[in-house]
Amino acid sequence: MDLLRFITAGSVDDGKSTLIGRLLYDSKSILADQMEAIERASKSRDDGEIDLALLTDGLRSEREQGITIDVAYRYFQTTKRKFIIVDAPGHIQYTRNMVTGASNCQLAVVLVDARHGVVEQTRRHSLIASMLGIPHLVVAINKMDLVDYSQDVFSNICIHYNELAQKLDVGEVTYIPLSALNGDNVVEKSANMPWYEGEPLLSYLETVELDHDENLTDARFPVQYVIRPQTAELHDYRGYAGKITSGIFRKGDSVTVLPTGETSTIDAIEMAETHFDEAFAPMSVVLHLADDVDVSRGNLIVKSESLPIVSQNVEAMLCWMDSKPLKAGNKYTLQHGTFRTRCAVRDIVYQLNVNTYEEKEDVESLKLNDIARIVLKTAKPVSFDPYDKNRVNGGAILIDETSNVTVGALMLQKEAV
Amino acid sequence: MSTYKLDYLDQLESEAIHIMREVAGQFERPALLFSGGKDSITLVHLALKAFRPGKFPFPLVHIDTGHNFQEALDFRDWLAESLGEKLIVRYVEDTIREKKLKEPTGRNASRNALQTFTLLDTIEEFEFDACIGGARRDEEKARAKERVFSVRDEFGSWDPKLQRPELWNIYNGKIHKGENVRVFPISNWTELDVWNYIKRENIALPSIYFAHERELILRDGKLLATAKGVIQTEETDQLVTRKVRFRTVGDISCTAAVESDADTLEAAIAEIQATRISERGETRIDDQVSEAAMEDRKKGGYF
Ligand SMILES: Nc1nc2c(ncn2[C@@H]2O[C@H](COP(=O)(O)OP(=O)(O)O)[C@@H](O)[C@H]2O)c(=O)[nH]1
Repeated sequence: MDLLRFITAGSVDDGKSTLIGRLLYDSKSILADQMEAIERASKSRDDGEIDLALLTDGLRSEREQGITIDVAYRYFQTTKRKFIIVDAPGHIQYTRNMVTGASNCQLAVVLVDARHGVVEQTRRHSLIASMLGIPHLVVAINKMDLVDYSQDVFSNICIHYNELAQKLDVGEVTYIPLSALNGDNVVEKSANMPWYEGEPLLSYLETVELDHDENLTDARFPVQYVIRPQTAELHDYRGYAGKITSGIFRKGDSVTVLPTGETSTIDAIEMAETHFDEAFAPMSVVLHLADDVDVSRGNLIVKSESLPIVSQNVEAMLCWMDSKPLKAGNKYTLQHGTFRTRCAVRDIVYQLNVNTYEEKEDVESLKLNDIARIVLKTAKPVSFDPYDKNRVNGGAILIDETSNVTVGALMLQKEAV
Repeated sequence: MSTYKLDYLDQLESEAIHIMREVAGQFERPALLFSGGKDSITLVHLALKAFRPGKFPFPLVHIDTGHNFQEALDFRDWLAESLGEKLIVRYVEDTIREKKLKEPTGRNASRNALQTFTLLDTIEEFEFDACIGGARRDEEKARAKERVFSVRDEFGSWDPKLQRPELWNIYNGKIHKGENVRVFPISNWTELDVWNYIKRENIALPSIYFAHERELILRDGKLLATAKGVIQTEETDQLVTRKVRFRTVGDISCTAAVESDADTLEAAIAEIQATRISERGETRIDDQVSEAAMEDRKKGGYF
């Protein structure tokens, strides 16, 4: 059975919590005692109705304010697939939380209220999904019960959204009309919308093709740790522990260690003393090289036939995640996989308006949740792939050198001139 | 269909191994918090996959409440011994004595809260900068929002509002002196995933996970293990003998048994699959006190 991680995004009150609650409830993933806790909590509210949304509200401050602040993870499974729901808050103030949640997802469900159609939030959520390279996107047009299950309303929203999608580099888009509250087209096909020929949301999630999402062409292996038992019988044992982030490695492959550029061949691939002839992403393994080259944590082992970009000047899209502003000239630590180096911001090329997608130049500084294209100069060369070709080897973070906090998400694009 | 595809258990396994190796790569003095329960036994198995043929780059650390099941303690000692890995045990009993702490008394009193003191002392004693734990996000609502690398201040406190963004598979373990990080490699596993993995990998477990005859206290419809000095008997308690197993192996005073005939792993998994009550609700007595019980404990430095 395979695993699908998907993120849900919507404005406050679009019905995201209700939808997730409905998916869990109708797929029988809510256990009896959790249901009881919800019933108890529903009673202490004014209306007294059972509120499926309560299933997903985690932290006390959130429960009190009735909104989702941080990313929460939910788990359910059907006979066809296992799912991890990444429940991210929708408000602009929490853009960084959505970016965090989206980074690992293969699919995004963007909620739209049928009464309001495509709004500013929809545009921002779609931009984030596209920027983070999520390959599949579902536009879930919710509250169809409040627009008389009208096909016209649905079609108009699809046309409107499609215009927006043209401007973005979004993957495959699927439109589903639903009512999370009543369960139409969530798990069961809706009798209220016979004009809709597609599948309900859950069947789509169960069957969407994921095979082509993994990059199997560019073999990349960031070294995490060197295993050296140094015992009498394993005196010369030296294994490089890590996780293959993309591609396939085979015994005998010619490889290059970056950024040093030393070359060797793969002598053995193992995991807990079981040997393999080949291994592929996202497996965690131990690699052995034929030659005595200098390899340590932070190095990237790649197949020599497809080398990444190796450069100290990097152009990237950035989501800024700190309340202290980012300015040109500021210095940070950059972490790319297991590799860390100091870096300085050379230039803010433009800031992207997350609602209109306009590019604004001559920007002095970036605030929390701003998105921009920037150029970085690094102390040591970074070995990366363009983000749209390789999400893992194209992603990096910025760390504040005094607070140690993660302050920026970088989608690396190309070598800067 | 492409053959270059990992089953979900392999994906979860690889993710967990990657997280453990990040701990080894980023920290000077990590530790693996070992409770003797199935989740931490699974962590030990994952550590074998991550680091063999090398030694673990961390000791196993057990905070013994003094209220543990003997079966779990025996298993713990056997496991550390047979793997040749270092085991450190610190006792809540000692903390109570040294700090002259007041033990909670009364109904369903547990040492869960006191455990936090011993844990923090142990972290200080060994200057641990990272502690690996077996918590899962599906266990409870506050955990559902916690990061894999959860940074704690000197008091071990978790601030849910100040969590670091965690992107792709990049973990930022940079901390100041005095801070430490709690790391949860099996964050994304469900209870059933853990059981299926234990079965697939043929991982040994303490006997109390399987159905056995036992003398128990029947209280408020829950079955509690009898234990001298740990559980005060009450007038309304009934002493009964039943065939039971335990779904979690926590503190005896707050871990209830479930009636069961499942004496094999297959049978236990089948029961878990069929059950409509979640793990914490069924067997942990301490979480039901308030909706926000876990969140409050975590803010106070609990795991
Ligand atoms: N009529 C109708 N109301 C809905 C639907 N989905 C959600 N709601 C209501 O919209 C309100 C907000 O829903 P909630 O799930 O809390 O929204 P969230 O803020 O996006 O998580 C609640 O009162 C829900 O009952 C729907 O499909 N139809």
